[in-house]
Amino acid sequence: MITHISFWALAVVAVLAGAAVFYVNSMARASYALAVSFIAVGVQVLLLQQNYVGVVTILMMVMEMAVMAVYMVMFMGMNPALMPMSMVHGKRHALAAAVGSFVLLAAGAVLIPWPARRDAPPADLTKALGEELMGPKMLVMAVVGAVMAATIVAGVVLAAHRTRYDRFGDDLRHRPAKDPQPGGVGR
Amino acid sequence: MPDTVTTVPAGWALAAAAILGLLATFAAVLDGVFTARAAGAGPSGLTRPFGELARLMRQRRRTTVAADTLLWRIGSSGLLFMALMIVTVVPLGEWTLFDLDVGVIWFNAMDVLAWAFVWLTGWGANSVHSLVGGYRFLAHGLAYELPLMFALVAPAVAASSLNVGTVASAQADLWFVVWMPVAFLVYCTGVVAIAVWGPFTPALGSDIAGGVTAELSGADRLVFQGGRYALLAAGAAFAVPMFLGGGAGPVLPGWAWVLVKTVALLAVFVWLRRRLPAFRPDLFMEVGWLVLLPAVLVQDLLVAVVAAWRA
Repeated sequence: MITHISFWALAVVAVLAGAAVFYVNSMARASYALAVSFIAVGVQVLLLQQNYVGVVTILMMVMEMAVMAVYMVMFMGMNPALMPMSMVHGKRHALAAAVGSFVLLAAGAVLIPWPARRDAPPADLTKALGEELMGPKMLVMAVVGAVMAATIVAGVVLAAHRTRYDRFGDDLRHRPAKDPQPGGVGR
Repeated sequence: MPDTVTTVPAGWALAAAAILGLLATFAAVLDGVFTARAAGAGPSGLTRPFGELARLMRQRRRTTVAADTLLWRIGSSGLLFMALMIVTVVPLGEWTLFDLDVGVIWFNAMDVLAWAFVWLTGWGANSVHSLVGGYRFLAHGLAYELPLMFALVAPAVAASSLNVGTVASAQADLWFVVWMPVAFLVYCTGVVAIAVWGPFTPALGSDIAGGVTAELSGADRLVFQGGRYALLAAGAAFAVPMFLGGGAGPVLPGWAWVLVKTVALLAVFVWLRRRLPAFRPDLFMEVGWLVLLPAVLVQDLLVAVVAAWRA
């Protein structure tokens, strides 16, 4: 009973905090409203006895919002992030798209003929879920992970305007490197 | 030492909070004594935290123009909340409040909250120096967080469990601190960092008028500073089941050993404050990524090889 009440209360918190993202007038409040929404979802997942998934959701989302706080002040032009500002633009289209996708997803969730449970739930729900999702595709996922990491590194290397010749000189022998920002281990 | 932990009724959370409060007070008193000794003021340091408490309780709250009060208050009270949440999964001998099967990840999720709370404290005041302090903390965070996460991996891999009680009982033969010292040191670095303590104090630096704490006053300042001591205590307490064998030890019962080890590690943390120079956030970034992270990854690899070989 308490579990049911908490679950629905958390659902309300998650939706309201999600809506607050567009209602508030500061980047910090929007970021952390989103974090609160995700934390509520994480606790809901905990109530579903997916402990690992629930706790990791909280972990990742809080960290993500903190990193967003770094970027919003670093990269937003003229620093509007520090001033009160509207969190919405293109209101009419966005509203239509949001309502449309919500109706579509909610209708799907309500109308789909959900299968009835056949057996008792497995002892380790998280493991069962992981195997169901990933089972035969684990190798693919492992390879994709490495490829994605390599892509990020390659993207940063290609996008950076300073090359190793700027850092180490034309013969690549200049030590320590000429960096605008010196590092702590004196490379 | 018992292999199983008993979950105690939720009412004992008050006792856990009281123990955490005592440990935090101990840390504050110890720091007061060290401060007094460094200043050559004799034993007067014993009462220093209590004087500070009385001063802050009476102090009128400072307000700033266009402060984001909600986020500011959440941030300044958050560190204490984190510490309380961390101790829920720390077994005191054979008793625990919350026998979570993923307790190690729970600690990790709670320590990440420091990113939010310290930055929010810096943000909320709408003051330049506070905000600079908040970003200094995030810069430290980018350097310490990943090594800390991988440091938590090592004991979990060795015990083949994310349950804190199981990790503690897996050290019956040999404490993890003995054969995974790098992970232990990196873990301690992380704990000191989330408490914005010792070498990680540039976020509160006097060069930026107190940084994150620049505009904090009265009860808010008290809760923030108390939260830092509580986090040091909670981090020390969590290290006991993770690296220091939990309640294992001769003569005394398990719960007593947990407290003794926690107090000892906490005292070292407090003492370190005066022994280590501040880590500049910009320079520490490279230390984190080029020294700590590879070192702890090698540690994880060694632990994983040993665990696989044993199994």
